[in-house]
Amino acid sequence: MLLIPCPFCGPRPELEFRYGGQAHIARPENPAALSDGEWAEFLYLRDNVRGVHAERWRHIHGCARFFNMLRDTTTDRILTTYKTGEPRPEAV
Amino acid sequence: MPDSLTTTFGTTPAAAGPAREPFRTTAGGRIDRARPLAFRFDGKTYAGVQGDTLASALLANGVHLVGRSFKYHRPRGIMTAGSDEPNALVTVSRDAARTTPNLRATQVELYDGLAAISQNRFPSLAFDVGAINDRISSLLPAGFYYKTFMWPRGFWDRVYEPLIRSAAGLGRVPTAPDPDRYLQRHAHCDVLVIGAGPAGLAAALAAADAGARVILCDEQAEMGGSLLADRQSTIAGRPASAWVAEALAELAGHERVTLLPRTTAFGYYPHNHLGLVERATDHLAAPSTEVPRERLWQVRAREVVLAAGALERPLTFPENDRPGIMLADAAHTYVARYGVLPGRRAVVAAANDSGYRAALALAEEGVEIAAIADLRRAPSGAWLDAARKAGLPVQTGMTVTGTSGSLRVDGVSLASVEDGGEVGATRDVGCDLLLMAGGWTPSVHLFSQSLGKLRFDEALQAYVPGIAAQPIRAAGGADGEYGLEEALSGGQRAGVEAAAAAGVSGASPRVFVTVSPPADTSSVLGALPHPTASRGRDPSRVRAFVDFQNDSTAKDLKLAVREGFRSVEHAKRYTTTGMATDQGKTSNMPMLGVLSQAQGKTIPEVGFTTFRPPFTPTTFGIFAGAARGELFDPARRTPIHPWAAAHGAVFEDVGLWKRARYFPQRHRNGAAEDMDAAVARECLAVRQGVGIFDATTLGKIEVVGPDAAEFMNRMYINPWAKLGVGRCRYGVMLREDGFVLDDGVVGRIAPDRFHVTTTTGGAASVLNMMEDYLQTEWADLQVWLTSVTEQWAVIAVQGPRARDVLAPLVDGIDLSAGALPHMALAEGRICGVPTRLFRVSFTGELGFEVNVPAGYGRQVWEAIHESGQPYGITPYGTETMHVLRAEKGFIIVGQETDGTATPDDVGLGWAIGKAKPDFVGKRSLTRSGMMDPGRKQLAGLVSADGQTVLEEGAQLVGDARMNVPMSVLGHVTSSYYSAVLGHPIALAMLAGGRSRHGETLYVPMPRGLAGSIAPIAVKVVPPVFYDPEGTRLDV
Amino acid sequence: MSDLVETAELTEAETIGADGVSLEALPPFARFIFRGPEGAAQAVTEAFGISLPREACRARVAADRAALWLGPDEWLLLAPQSDEAAIADEATSRAGALPFSLVDVSHRQVAFRLSGPRAATVLSGGNPLDLDLSAFPVGMCTRTVLAKAEIVLWRTGPDSFHIEVWRSFAPYVRDFLREHMREFGN
Repeated sequence: MLLIPCPFCGPRPELEFRYGGQAHIARPENPAALSDGEWAEFLYLRDNVRGVHAERWRHIHGCARFFNMLRDTTTDRILTTYKTGEPRPEAV
Repeated sequence: MPDSLTTTFGTTPAAAGPAREPFRTTAGGRIDRARPLAFRFDGKTYAGVQGDTLASALLANGVHLVGRSFKYHRPRGIMTAGSDEPNALVTVSRDAARTTPNLRATQVELYDGLAAISQNRFPSLAFDVGAINDRISSLLPAGFYYKTFMWPRGFWDRVYEPLIRSAAGLGRVPTAPDPDRYLQRHAHCDVLVIGAGPAGLAAALAAADAGARVILCDEQAEMGGSLLADRQSTIAGRPASAWVAEALAELAGHERVTLLPRTTAFGYYPHNHLGLVERATDHLAAPSTEVPRERLWQVRAREVVLAAGALERPLTFPENDRPGIMLADAAHTYVARYGVLPGRRAVVAAANDSGYRAALALAEEGVEIAAIADLRRAPSGAWLDAARKAGLPVQTGMTVTGTSGSLRVDGVSLASVEDGGEVGATRDVGCDLLLMAGGWTPSVHLFSQSLGKLRFDEALQAYVPGIAAQPIRAAGGADGEYGLEEALSGGQRAGVEAAAAAGVSGASPRVFVTVSPPADTSSVLGALPHPTASRGRDPSRVRAFVDFQNDSTAKDLKLAVREGFRSVEHAKRYTTTGMATDQGKTSNMPMLGVLSQAQGKTIPEVGFTTFRPPFTPTTFGIFAGAARGELFDPARRTPIHPWAAAHGAVFEDVGLWKRARYFPQRHRNGAAEDMDAAVARECLAVRQGVGIFDATTLGKIEVVGPDAAEFMNRMYINPWAKLGVGRCRYGVMLREDGFVLDDGVVGRIAPDRFHVTTTTGGAASVLNMMEDYLQTEWADLQVWLTSVTEQWAVIAVQGPRARDVLAPLVDGIDLSAGALPHMALAEGRICGVPTRLFRVSFTGELGFEVNVPAGYGRQVWEAIHESGQPYGITPYGTETMHVLRAEKGFIIVGQETDGTATPDDVGLGWAIGKAKPDFVGKRSLTRSGMMDPGRKQLAGLVSADGQTVLEEGAQLVGDARMNVPMSVLGHVTSSYYSAVLGHPIALAMLAGGRSRHGETLYVPMPRGLAGSIAPIAVKVVPPVFYDPEGTRLDV
Repeated sequence: MSDLVETAELTEAETIGADGVSLEALPPFARFIFRGPEGAAQAVTEAFGISLPREACRARVAADRAALWLGPDEWLLLAPQSDEAAIADEATSRAGALPFSLVDVSHRQVAFRLSGPRAATVLSGGNPLDLDLSAFPVGMCTRTVLAKAEIVLWRTGPDSFHIEVWRSFAPYVRDFLREHMREFGN
């Protein structure tokens, strides 16, 4: 069970969290302006990272906030967590 | 093995009192001779004493033969004194339910009345028909199963595997449910110390001195590890065992130290999270039911000190598996700790001083040492001197070329190894005990599980912990520090460092003055030298076992290499070496040694296999913990539930909720209505009079803020800006991919406040999705969400008399059609408590949904029920609700929809706010595939015969001839008998369904003889079966 | 107690005792979830009589009321049941034009008190947090889990915890805790 540093509550056990998929995929401002292909890419295409991955988590059984996390998928090492809306930090 | 365990365990008392144990010493050890215990093994009663393990007690009675091997059914004995035991697997049983197979006799603590049986033998241990496998062993080489049972394919599952499984074997699982209790506990510490031998105790003391929170666990009943059998050493001037007692007393006095004996650290998971299993009651003759049998400790440790010690290595020589062949350190432990002589005449095969230590301890108790065959060419040192001084016959530069004996070893063939490696003439030596001292293997399993990198130490000929991947450090035997002084100082250093790394420091280091004879601890790897020509013996039958539990031999490994299995991971799997329940504790390094020899590679070149949890087998019980029976899942019940239960409701599970499905009435003869009769009665009552329904489980979200309407506009397909205060609207929500996610009625309480309802099952996921968009996409919106699912009890009152029932109860609410039309809501009071009263209908009848604070739910329900008596008010359940809505063609999300239905597919295209520029899922609706006229669309079906109720999930085809394969046009999603219409109805998702009204289709169903298919003819109709004009809403 | 499994109702205070730990069902409270931005929080502070804690996972108590931080824009307000209507009115009038959300959840959840030197140990049977006083001090509160139920856990004293749980999960929470109290002589 991972120990996840919530940006609001500090380190908390994974049981309190829910994974939310890849981070930094913004919903297009004007979906109607997108081609079918572009829209499909937004909907369905995600990275399958070996190494440092930026992903969304929600502290659903805690402060209930969504936030982002850099995690190494090969070791489960968490490099950092940061609030939604902040840019992806340089990999530590 | 007999079919019935009871015949073996029996309940008949022993014929006579147990005989005195002939192999028990008169004094010494850590057992209590004053507390005799009786136990049964394979139905025979024996004597043991308090402090014994089942293994030590069996040995005290001269019982070595305790099992038959997995594949060849060879007789096997007790080889070790710990959790590394590969052979002595037994089934221990208190009764038919509390029966545990595959326990290591070396870890089973004896209690009075313990009953155990051996495994994998029939009819008895001494005469086992399965032993034929040993005679034909040359036909059962590595990969035998893969090569032989290839064809025909279908035979594997049905014939070969069941046969192989019944022939091969381990114990049998009990057939009755496990009555024992298991609990779990989360724990946190600065330093977790695994193993309470010298290194572990020193580490725990150092960390505790520093003020750290410490957990010290050890798999044995008694903490102390190797010190418990150490008669030679002193620490701080005191005998080793006395020092252990003092150290434990000191640790127990620390408030922040937790001592966990009988607790195995079995799994190492990310972020220094470890699984420990504590066996709390297995050692007790009459355990209390109030104490859990086992407890799973989930420990989050800032730092871990691995002090799990080292395991002695067996030697790889022909026939090294007979009962009476034992690890030297195990024999020493049995003598020194348990006061048990494992034999009368011993031969010792030693690669280091461990063999001498055991030989001297045995000789001291009168065991004849027939030979010490030292593998070393020119050994020296204190232990050798002591052995020579004691007159023990030492021969150096020796090898073992074979053994003899059927159910017990009775002789050993020894030979000298010449300088050039030539094996000289063999000499047979008679014995009843053969000890193996092959060197040491650090117990690095948990380090490996933690993803740490192991390093091969040439000097030790062993893998030791290398680069750690998590905060773990090893000490003592686990780190290749075999000497007492090294272990203590290494443990202390690890404890200090671990505490400091956890942010706790300040302890002054202790100095442990030890006196302990220095010992050569060198190790050997690979098969022992043996003659190239096997001198009159059938070479195909000469087997040197590497994995005793899975019966794999050096020859199997060599065959695997010849057949091209180069990777150690492949050779391991092909031969199954190291894959038995003992996880290769005794076999892993010997396997690498043999592979190294066969491939002509160094050990590091051969590579290493990964250890995985669990370190020793664990019960399923600890993983279930308290989550059984009533505590398996929370059972959510509404405030009205007790009333429904009292009125005979039959409940169904809807998610975690228990919902009343129908309310069967009792006939005069006492029999209850069946579901069909009850549902027909309930349906007609709602259509003709009035019904009352508990809708409390509906999800409810209060959406509040100045941007509430804008937020609703973006989340739902419907337009919300113009919905007036006091009005409701049926809302549909999509996922971003355009498919229907949820639906429900939404009421506007105030300009900035919406009361949103969701499906029962969708409550949590809808709120999660709303929060997701609000927090991550539209953070600028001023709107906040609060779940009020459980704040409100919801009582639906439906039917033409609904208004009559409610009118006398409300205060400040005008229920008239003019004041409260369909899809309006009012706030006021009912029965004196606050209410949000919605005029909505999921039945097609005049209907109201009364929301009251949950704590008042039952009293308001009862008041409405009372008020409805003059009108025959009828409580109805979810089944009737389903029928009533299907008669009206209302969908249920998750029944008509399956995650691939658009609003238009299910006839909800009208709900889309056409003028809205965007909402979740809108863009997806314009993809070409989403607008295909051939998509499955909601349609109604009626059976052509007017009688057959279709099966939900049944397929629809257009061809009555039933030729296979058929083109499937759709499927039935809902199907009921409609009492008000007098015939069955069904809803279906049907390709181009809206353009097929009037067509006849067919539902192929299996009928009669197996494999034959008969069609049921159905007519496609519009999905609204009853009152299509909606006139009944406004009676 | 068995009645409660049947009824799922927790209207009367009752106590389950064991050696070193006891579980008590608490009487009803007035409860509100306040959500909103900083300015509105200030307004509610005045209305409610407690400065809403800004520090994460902390509760503030004044007289017979308490405010528990649940998230950066979410607080749970607890007060005597009789104050229910007054709090809502007061908050609305003080906030003026400031946007916020105040939702009555008095009936959504119920409360237990688990107390005694073994309280933390019993909780650890289903709660994964470090409940050592150094890690979970008096005054700390948080949403978390107890096995398969979500709870709000608030340490009101060194050996005393206030547990808030949605009402339909309350029988589960009570029975789960009772199961873990058995070995202490319940």
